[in-house]
Amino acid sequence: MLYRETGQFKTSYAADQAIFPIFQDRIFLFALIAFAYLAVPLLASEYMLQAVLIPMMIFSIAALGLNILTGYAGQLSLGTGAFMAMGAYSAYKLTTGFPELNIIVVFVLSGVAAALVGIVFGLPSLRIKGFYLAVATLAAQFFLVWMFNRVPWWYNYHSSGTITAPPREFAGIMLTGPTATAETRYLLVLSFCIVGGLIAKNLVRSRIGRHWMAIRDMDIAAEIIGIRLLPNKLLAFAISSFYCGVAGALLLFSYLGSAETEAFDIFVSFDVLFMIIIGGLGSILGAYLGAAFIWLLPIFLTNAPQLVGLSMPVDLQKHLEVMIFGSLIIVFLIFEPAGLARLWQIGKEKLRRWPFPY
Amino acid sequence: MEFLESVTITPFVQIAADFPVFFGEVVFNGLLTGVLYSLVALGFVLIFKASGVFNFAQGAMVLFAALTLVGLIELGLPVWLGFIITVGAMVALAYLVELLVLRHLINQPDIILFMSTIGLTFFLEGFGETLWGSNVKKLDIGVPDVPLDIAGMLVNSFDLIAALACALLVAGLAFFFQYTPTGRALRAVADDHQAALAVGIPLKKIWIIVWSVAGIVALVAGIVWGAKSGVQFSLSLIALKALPVLILGGFTSVPGAIVGGLIIGVGEKIAEVYWGPAVGGAIENWFAYVLALAFLFVRPQGLFGERIIERV
Amino acid sequence: MNQAAPADTDADPAASGPILNLNRISLAFGGVTVLDDVSFDIREGEIRAIIGPNGAGKSSMLNVINGFYHPDDGTITYKGETRARMRPDQAARQGIARTFQNIALFRGMSTLDNIMTGRNTMMRRNFLWQALYLGPARREELEHRAHVERVIEFLEIEAIRRVPVGRLPYGLQKRVELGRALAAEPDLLLLDEPMAGMNAEEKEDMCRFVLDVNDEFGTTIALIEHDMGVVMDISDRVVVLDYGRLIADGSPDEVRGNEEVINAYLGVVHD
Repeated sequence: MLYRETGQFKTSYAADQAIFPIFQDRIFLFALIAFAYLAVPLLASEYMLQAVLIPMMIFSIAALGLNILTGYAGQLSLGTGAFMAMGAYSAYKLTTGFPELNIIVVFVLSGVAAALVGIVFGLPSLRIKGFYLAVATLAAQFFLVWMFNRVPWWYNYHSSGTITAPPREFAGIMLTGPTATAETRYLLVLSFCIVGGLIAKNLVRSRIGRHWMAIRDMDIAAEIIGIRLLPNKLLAFAISSFYCGVAGALLLFSYLGSAETEAFDIFVSFDVLFMIIIGGLGSILGAYLGAAFIWLLPIFLTNAPQLVGLSMPVDLQKHLEVMIFGSLIIVFLIFEPAGLARLWQIGKEKLRRWPFPY
Repeated sequence: MEFLESVTITPFVQIAADFPVFFGEVVFNGLLTGVLYSLVALGFVLIFKASGVFNFAQGAMVLFAALTLVGLIELGLPVWLGFIITVGAMVALAYLVELLVLRHLINQPDIILFMSTIGLTFFLEGFGETLWGSNVKKLDIGVPDVPLDIAGMLVNSFDLIAALACALLVAGLAFFFQYTPTGRALRAVADDHQAALAVGIPLKKIWIIVWSVAGIVALVAGIVWGAKSGVQFSLSLIALKALPVLILGGFTSVPGAIVGGLIIGVGEKIAEVYWGPAVGGAIENWFAYVLALAFLFVRPQGLFGERIIERV
Repeated sequence: MNQAAPADTDADPAASGPILNLNRISLAFGGVTVLDDVSFDIREGEIRAIIGPNGAGKSSMLNVINGFYHPDDGTITYKGETRARMRPDQAARQGIARTFQNIALFRGMSTLDNIMTGRNTMMRRNFLWQALYLGPARREELEHRAHVERVIEFLEIEAIRRVPVGRLPYGLQKRVELGRALAAEPDLLLLDEPMAGMNAEEKEDMCRFVLDVNDEFGTTIALIEHDMGVVMDISDRVVVLDYGRLIADGSPDEVRGNEEVINAYLGVVHD
């Protein structure tokens, strides 16, 4: 009975355009953010922060990026992993080349580097669409990963070929490297996660977001009503890759610590794609829900057999996991193409009307 | 243009002139890989033509078919029986895909169908490996593998026989499409679903047939590949190379798939031999994709594809 | 929809100059002639109907006008300027808006968002402002929202503001599409069979909207329509195409009496 919008009248278009027009939604969100900042670092175990929440939020940033490109602008990409790699390697080169450069600035700049690469590989979208474009983004995936593997400059000529996040501090607090605590790293990632979501939401509810959706739904009509296809598509590629780049940099600096190109292979691209399909194509909320779902499912599958007293060999578990992912994708596409975000919305509708079904 | 030519064409002519035998071996090697790409691409084309579905799972089907065959042989079945059962499994798979997936996604945007086949890819890979395990398996179907000397070049007898078998399969498929009533129906569906339905062609049956045929093509590809380099997960990734082949050849053209496969196969081998050492090697990984990408700018519809006229 | 500059609502369209002049337009696709040496003009403030049997080249004519097809031969003069090869988005920027024979709405977007896209050529703020959704970008959104609300009110579709257009019935979709075109405040509005597939009541509504747009805002309208009753009622002048050729051009009455039109278009005279 608490969830009602009765009596909340919108008297201006500004109020009607708000992200959360319903009062209770706003309260809920602010409470959630406060909880995430204040309570979680105190309550959660190191394992929870380091192995569950941090990677989950990093992937939700990548999922935001891919959702902008695929869910909103309708340009299918299988190159997410490569754009994340671009971010990670750029951040590594930047911060080892200019150690005094603020690490936050490094993250943003590595996003910009990924955006530039995204634009280059987005150029074919002028001529091709749909799965043709998917093939073009595969070129990005294989080429970039190959480049980071084979061009020693990118990993500072280390014999191992790995890149390692050096310790960097901001305002006296260690943010990255082995000495940074899980809590600070969590808070850093959380901040990127929230700011990224807010910016994405603003973009998709503005003119540029409508342009993307128009191109997605019917590119010819979009062009005829005056939307220029190439700049808008390229902007989608750039912004999407920016998100992926920042996510990649965070993945290296805040989660993995050190990495090789395998951390950004094509399966990462697929994972992020699955996140947005299951979370909801063309939904900001969906990016978060999908990332949480895809990241948590394997953890659940790892622990579930033990909970019921069974033991399962690791490789069998891995295969089952892949199988379940595949089936879930099909199930969602058939029954709820709008994903978890839509289920959430339906749940809210039900709640609004409860206890009267109609 | 001259610069381009000096980088892209001249060196090959030079290699060909200076070391004809070596060049011939590289080309032949590439041709065989190309035949395999062609086979996978052919599976794509069959399904795309008949149902408009871009079947990303074709590579996974190759892996699944090969895994099943090896698994059956390891269980002690003779090769021929294992082959028949695997064919049966691929037909059953086609039936299930139609029943459980395609049927529910009719009239959805292409991109949704495409993504559903990505789901199918993961399902098949996971299912195949759950069933048969994920260690690398050797597939021995009893074809002799001895080096032959043809005009000074060293060529494996297995490779020759494999190439021949593939050629036969392609010829058989061409005959099936051109001259049998089912083939005619398939071509009709490819042209226009609605019209085909209107003249009484059972769409669902047709879909099962093309997916079955694609499954059998996948099996053949899996056998050849598996016998050459072992049955393992990477088969499914190598099969992704069929995608640039399709861009080159056109998504709807059977000859395109074959020619495109050969071009990519030979092209990447030559590129690896000539450019590879200069940039650190292993450019085979991406060369095909970049080549296809470059090609898209020149001819988006592929070598043999139909030009798309957009209408409003 | 520009209230600030009301057009000469009562002016005789015949007296004003042409906004668009098509001179000897020819177009062929792979050897098939679609338009063959067609010339006519559209005067400022008039309702100009383009009629003809199926396959006469009517839609292609509209596609030529808004730059989607490029004529093989001939010139197009719009607002006194003879146009070089142009892209459709440039035509949109110069004030040409249109609707489509087969509805071309953005199905995944709400009615409101669809109509908002019609304002795209007038919005200036770049994506960095939009990312922040502050100050100028927010103001711009709200200004255009207010304008779009006027269009929504005019077309009486307030109730479906938030509904994804893919879920709307056909007649309403046609109306939303008109809304999207109107939101662009076009000088020249191209309507491709706005009443096709509608029942009598919906047709009446649509006629009313078309006439109102023309009257109140002075928008020049070129429309393709098969319903002869509608064409004769609302249009000022009619041009008739058949197999890509222009066979008649004049007032509804003149066209109605034209021998060639009766033969080619109506086939047999029923009387």
